[in-house]
This record gives sequence, C-alpha cells and structure tokens, in this order.
Amino acid sequence: MAAQAMSLHSMRRKAVNVVMLSLTGLCTFLATGTLLFILGYLFIHGARSLTWDFFTKLPTPVGETGGGMANAILGSAKLLLLATAIGVPIGFLGGVYLAEFGGNTYAFIIRYVADLLNGVPSIVIGIFAYILIVLPQKHFSTLAGGLALGVMMIPIAIRSSEEFLRSVPLALREGAMALGASKSKSILTVVIPAAKSGIITGIMLNLARVAGETAPLLFTSSNNRFWSPGYEQPTAALPVMIYTYATAPYEDWHQQAWSAGFVLLTLVLAVNIVARFILSRQAHVPR
Amino acid sequence: MSATTSTASPARPSGRAQTFQQRLRAGDDLAYLLTLLAASTIVLITGMLVLKLYQNSAVSRHEFGWKFLTTTTWDPVAGQFGALPFIYGTVVTSALALLIAIPLGVGAAIFLAELAPPRISSGLTFLIELLAAVPSVIFGMLGFFIMVPALQKLEDPLRAAFGWSPLFKGPFYGVSMLSAGVVLSLMIIPFIISISREVILAVPNDQREAALALGATRWESTWDIVVPFAYKGITGSIFLALARSLGETMAVTMVVGNSPKISTSLFAPGYSIAAVIANEFTEATGDLYLSSLIELGLVLFALTIVINGAARILVAGTSQKGGS
Repeated sequence: MAAQAMSLHSMRRKAVNVVMLSLTGLCTFLATGTLLFILGYLFIHGARSLTWDFFTKLPTPVGETGGGMANAILGSAKLLLLATAIGVPIGFLGGVYLAEFGGNTYAFIIRYVADLLNGVPSIVIGIFAYILIVLPQKHFSTLAGGLALGVMMIPIAIRSSEEFLRSVPLALREGAMALGASKSKSILTVVIPAAKSGIITGIMLNLARVAGETAPLLFTSSNNRFWSPGYEQPTAALPVMIYTYATAPYEDWHQQAWSAGFVLLTLVLAVNIVARFILSRQAHVPR
Repeated sequence: MSATTSTASPARPSGRAQTFQQRLRAGDDLAYLLTLLAASTIVLITGMLVLKLYQNSAVSRHEFGWKFLTTTTWDPVAGQFGALPFIYGTVVTSALALLIAIPLGVGAAIFLAELAPPRISSGLTFLIELLAAVPSVIFGMLGFFIMVPALQKLEDPLRAAFGWSPLFKGPFYGVSMLSAGVVLSLMIIPFIISISREVILAVPNDQREAALALGATRWESTWDIVVPFAYKGITGSIFLALARSLGETMAVTMVVGNSPKISTSLFAPGYSIAAVIANEFTEATGDLYLSSLIELGLVLFALTIVINGAARILVAGTSQKGGS
C-alpha cells in the first residue's frame, strides 16, 4: 500500500516534470515564433513594395502615387551624424575617466546617473531637447533632433567604452608604464588602441539603437516634405516617416511605410548582426 | 636657490617642484581634467533635464497642484487638465503586458538556461536579442496592421470565454488597451528572456547537482532550487521590462485608440502618458496646455526612475550572489 502510494507519488512528480518542461519549451517556441513571424511578414511585405524611387525621390503630395523618401534617408543620416558628434566624445571620454581614473565615490555617482539617464523614456528626452532648443528658437530644427538623439547616446556610450577599456589586460598598462610612458601616454598609445574595435562596435550598436527612435524626433526635428538644407530647418527622418505614413488613411502611403520599415529594420539588424559577430570573435581571442 | 635648480635640470624638474602647468603639459592632468569634464557632463545633463522639466511645468503645477494627478477631465478648450486617464491607461496597458510577458518570458528563459543544448540556446538567445533591437515604431506598425485585425478575429472567442467579466464588455473596434497590452508584451519579452536567462545561468551548478542528487526531478530542481536562487534577478528583469513599457511611446500611440476616458473594459480605447505627449505636444496652444504636457513628462520620468532604480538594485543583488 505504502509502496503503491510512493509509486503514484513519483509518477505524479514525473508527469509534472514532463508537462512543465514541455511548457517551458512551448513558451520559447511561442515567444520566438510570434516575433519571427511578424518580422518575416515585414520583410516579405516591405521588400515587395520597395522600388528604386524610394531611395532617390522626394515624397509626393497626397493623391499622387510614386515618390520616395530620399529626404528622410538623408535626414536620418544627418541626425545620426549630429547625435554622434554630441554623444560619442562625451561618452567616450567619460568612459576613459571611469575606466582609468575612476574608482571612487564620484565614479560611482557617474555610473549611477548614467544608468538613470539610460532609463529615461525617449519621449521625455524629446521634451528636454524641445525646451532647450525649439522653445527659444521658436521653430523645429535638425539641430534639436540631433541633440535629443545625442543625449540618448551618452549613457550607453559611456558604459560600453568603460567596459571595453576595462577588458584591456593590466599587463599591457604595466608594460607601457615600465617603458617610462606617462599614464596619459599609455592610455593614448596602448590601452585605447587595444580596446579600439570593441569601442567602435559599441558605438555602432548605439547608433543602430537611436536610428530607430521616433518619439524624441516628433517635436524636435518634426517632419518635412522637402529637402532640409543645413541644420536649422525641420527635417524628415525614416522612423517619423514610418509613423506618419502608417497612420495616414491612404493605401499607397501604407505601402511606402512598409518599404521604409523594411529599409530601417534591415539597417538596424545588419549593424546588430555584424557587431555581435565582431564581439563574439573578439571574446575568443586568447588574452 | 630656485635659480640653481632650474639651471641644473631645466628639462626635467623633479617631483614637488613641477608646477601645475608643467604637469598639464606632460598630459596626465590634462587627460584627467578632460575626461572628468566629460564624465561630469552626464551629471550636468541629467540635472538640467530634471530642472527644465520642473521649471517648465510650473504654470500647470501652480494651477492644479496635486489635483493634476487625481482629476479625470482633459479638456484643452476649457483649460482643464487632469492626468488620471493617462496614468490609468499607462498602468493598465503595462500591467496587461506584464501579465502576458512574465509567464512566457520566464518560461522561455528557464528552457534556454536549463534545458536547451548550449548550441541551440545561444542561437535562440542571439535571435531574441536581435528582436530587442527592433525599433518601437516597427512594432507599432506591425501591431496596427497585423495585431489589431487578428485581435478583432479573436473577439468572439474572447467574449465567449470572458464575456461575464467587466474586462471584456462594450464594443470592440480593434484599437484598444488590449491591443496596446499585447503589442507591449511582445516588445518586453526579449528583455525578460535575455536578463532572466543570464541570472539563471549564474546560479552555481552545485545547487542543481545537490537537488538532483537528493532525487529531485529536473523540474523540481529548476523550480524549487534554481528559480528561487535567481528570484531577485528575475524580478529585476521584470521591473526593467515594466519601466520600458511604461515609457514606450510609438507602439502604444498607434494601437491604443487615443481616447482620454477611464474604462474598466480592455476592449475600450484608452490613452497613455507617453502617447498623449506624442500626439498633442506639437499642437499645444497656450502656456497652460504645454506646461500640463511637460508635467505629464515629469510624472512619467518620476515613474520610470523609481521602477528602474528598484530593478537595478535587484539585478545587482543577484549577480553578486551568483558570482560569489
């Protein structure tokens, strides 16, 4: 009797084991499957409606078919250039401070604040850029959009630079010092070159992240149907165009939105795949 | 005396005698100051962000005080601004997203960390991390064009199963808090999976071996030993996902329906803090309107800061425990 109860009990435990483990497999399948399905849908749908005009022509007025988003592609590139000019120097030098000179309470505060800024919703960063630039100038501009994206880049740039600089072996620094190099000289000629590929990869990933940001651009760089020369005028950008075109009530605009989504996603994913490939290869290099 | 030292070794003044300028030219102090300046910029920017949000919401704060958070009328024409419908919509959509994403995400993380062969696990994790990089406007578009019609097809089964509850009452037009919750859940699942998987992998192997040696099944060792060990880190990943979904703008804006009403039904359209800022900021006329929207930004900022802070404390706690 007791033995029977025991075996029943253990059978129940084994059944629970099998059921629950299969359920976790099902979770994995559902999570990855759903996501892959919708992305596959985007790729098929977007690639189908993509034409060469998309890359070379301006958007057409409502009712006229055809046209492209050449101005939005250039606009996105300009915004990213500005963002890099703002975010990367601050982030990189800040990372050098944390990795080489930090190690005290102040470094802790900076890391904490960087994490804090990283968690701020992108739309709030947009409000910040709006208050700083759009409000006093009284017009939207590429500059304001670039500032918003640049601020978003800083926290990740600072943490990834720090991480890659830290991963440079201490022996390299000591070797440089033993040869009589000053600390700054050893950082500049030994440590930074050793961490170079990692830092650049980190910047690429960072750029890929802000390239898809829409919310902070809505009321900083706004949108523009035409080319936007210089940095003082509102500009079109791919993510904002996707939003505007997808929510508009015109069928041919939806097609354009799919194309734009396809182009944006291809760029973002390509950068991510290449960057992760470089990083994983780097991790296998014996140190 | 100073004259003799300077003539004896003009090129290399020793130790103490170096002036600030000389040390600056040698580079070390210059590098220190330059990098310190850059690092301090981040503190400055964050401080300015808080200050500017606070200053520019002054009109609305003085006009409404704390009532801003508890009143439900959002009427730009009458100059009445109450944030409760947006706070409600933000909380409901995020809660729904968590309700869907937690079981799926944690289940998948357990599978990837405990069961799947390393090769498959790292392949799938790579895919999932790529999905975390997909821009939110793309999730919004897919939600708008695929998810919303799909949910409309599911309307009848949902009503049949849950029609008795107030959560599934009223007409359903597709765009709704339900759609927003589902799209948000898809966006945060990758975060939950990749962080939870990492903290589960960080659980020392002897914990598992001890449980198995005592006769536990694989599931029992996972659920009763490994998961409690990684509990803090998993909770942390959930908090991070929550912070992200609270602040998520584009995907929600495109599917939530944008209607500032409080309704118990998930079928009803709603609104979120981030969505109302995105939609109305450019057309805000008048100081009070703009300042109310900026105050909403301040509320959102405060909300995510608190949740993010809690998440980081939890994740840091686990990785330290796992490492020792």
